[in-house]
Amino acid sequence: MLVFERRREPSKFWTAITPVLAVLVTLIAGGILFAILGKNPVEAIKTIFWAPIFDPNLSAYARPQILVKAAPLVLIAIGLSIGFKANIWNIGAEGQYIMGAILGGGVALAFYPLEAWWIFPLMIVSGIVGGIAWAMIPALLKIKFKTNEILVSLMLVYVSEHFLASVSLGLLRNPDGVGFPGSRNLQHYVSASNGELFAGTGIHLGVIVAFVSIFALYGLIRFHRLGFQVRVTGQSVRISRFAGVNPNLMIIFCLAAGGGLAGLAGIFELSGPAGLLSIDFNVGYGFTAIIVAFLGRLNPFGIALAALLMSLTYIGGDLAQFMLNLPAAAIQALQGMLLFFLLSMDFLSQYRISIKHWARG
Amino acid sequence: MDFAAINPLIFFSTMVAASIPVLLAALGELVVEKSGVLNLGVEGMMIIGAVCGFITIYNTGSPLFGVLASIVAGGLLALIFGILTQVLHSNQVATGLALTLFGLGLSALIGQPFAGIKPPTFPKPDFGFLSDLPVLGQLLFKYDYLVYLAFILVVGVSYFLNRTRAGLILRSIGENHDAAHALGYNVVRVRLAAIMFGGGCAGLGGGYLAMIRVPQWTEGMTAGVGWIALALVVFASWRPYRVILGAFLFGGVTLLQLNLQAVGIKINPAYLSMAPYIITIVALVVISGSSNRLSTLAPGSLGRLFYKTM
Repeated sequence: MLVFERRREPSKFWTAITPVLAVLVTLIAGGILFAILGKNPVEAIKTIFWAPIFDPNLSAYARPQILVKAAPLVLIAIGLSIGFKANIWNIGAEGQYIMGAILGGGVALAFYPLEAWWIFPLMIVSGIVGGIAWAMIPALLKIKFKTNEILVSLMLVYVSEHFLASVSLGLLRNPDGVGFPGSRNLQHYVSASNGELFAGTGIHLGVIVAFVSIFALYGLIRFHRLGFQVRVTGQSVRISRFAGVNPNLMIIFCLAAGGGLAGLAGIFELSGPAGLLSIDFNVGYGFTAIIVAFLGRLNPFGIALAALLMSLTYIGGDLAQFMLNLPAAAIQALQGMLLFFLLSMDFLSQYRISIKHWARG
Repeated sequence: MDFAAINPLIFFSTMVAASIPVLLAALGELVVEKSGVLNLGVEGMMIIGAVCGFITIYNTGSPLFGVLASIVAGGLLALIFGILTQVLHSNQVATGLALTLFGLGLSALIGQPFAGIKPPTFPKPDFGFLSDLPVLGQLLFKYDYLVYLAFILVVGVSYFLNRTRAGLILRSIGENHDAAHALGYNVVRVRLAAIMFGGGCAGLGGGYLAMIRVPQWTEGMTAGVGWIALALVVFASWRPYRVILGAFLFGGVTLLQLNLQAVGIKINPAYLSMAPYIITIVALVVISGSSNRLSTLAPGSLGRLFYKTM
């Protein structure tokens, strides 16, 4: 019969290969799903995964867009991965992303129409502060009252979405907007604009920062004491105490890292590609980043690859919506499936499967 | 402002109906957590239940089939979670999140052609003269079948968990799976059953939203109710009857917010819409902070992986 033996250490080979396998199986399963729903499976999968990179009419626009959309995913997932390593589950990054954008954007708009060099850095720092402040609510409640950070951070996503609606229709509404809902467009405010760095690509400062953050995380986890402390806390809070870790500070650090980077992603997005605060400013990067963190195995370089793949599905999903009339949420179904397959294949890295005959007796 | 415009009797009966989806989902999740499993996919199971119930009731015209479809759909989605976490030992938090994403996406895909259609009306039981009684009639005898079913289910779950042998086994598995395994109970099988029950309840809760409460199919219509249900289980400190209290509180706040807007109180509607979520957080803090016994109230093995030893 088949016997599953637990490995002492997760297999390095299977840990590296399973994300690739999971993607392949998702392509097949996704195709089957589309076929059942009466869409042409080959065309749908090709539009989502192939066309943005290789279609000659689309790739010139779509290729740099993949980087632009991957940037917020990388930033958020890098922050979240630190918490996940320590078993601290911040799943409210979407809210921290929104609050970073609101605070950063609010600070910049407060100085409108003043033009000065310090407005841009001040705006970016405010974005980070906004994200951290929002993440401190679950952190402090967890420390003080032992409330579950999963639930609190998630409830705060809904609170921040309503707050976004209220400020973009009220406090921060464009006074010259002739009734149009939403704030002033930061792209038209030179001191606060996070413009294109290379003409025609849409690549902005946030993309560069995102890729710097990959190496920053690698350095932190590999070479800094904090990285070690995060990993020990994830193994066991009790053992981490013996290693001299203060669990409360660890909670604050992990949530601040997730919140701060989510806030940073929010303000880069607001001052760059999005331009203005409106009800539909947030598009779910905070949730997709959770998948990115897992798909990338909480490893900085893995996260970068996973973010590029997810970003590809976003762009491909837009194309499929436009060309094949698939609903935007179809991408969510694919993302959910991808995570399912990845998690189930983890079994292969945890267990050795062998065939054995039981001795009777 | 004119509070007199809010009729307390109608307010109460509407509140009861408004609290049913979250009540059902929370009740199911309570049983799951009592068996020691944390399923964060409630939102996904609810919305799949909603869309499958809606499509079935629309196509067959039969409320019974609609209800069954909701339950089966939620249960099947839960089975995916069960196999991944119980058989393949995947991380429960990540798997639950995947379930929610998948449910939201899949429901949007299969529900696309059904958006904005009205389903057939859902029948109510006929209590004869009872529903004409002055106050009691409005308070007790004006609901649809599922409302009564939900309350019977609360009583049933409470009885099952506290008064039956099977319930005792389920609780013992949630409390300490290694000890329960040593006693010869099949941890994985009991947990799979609990997870599917939870999925069925969540699916039915979603079905109630789409078939009765709203009633129509809209993409993403559960709008976070599944997450509120998870918070409610903690709020209720894992006791079935307290889930009713929590569900009424949530239903009441949601409704009050609509009523206050209608009565013309000048508060920014965005702030009123935040209220249920903020109150849930406050309730979580009060529950977690006030009792040091929370750690003893929560099932001992909640969210921990079970590795079978030979």
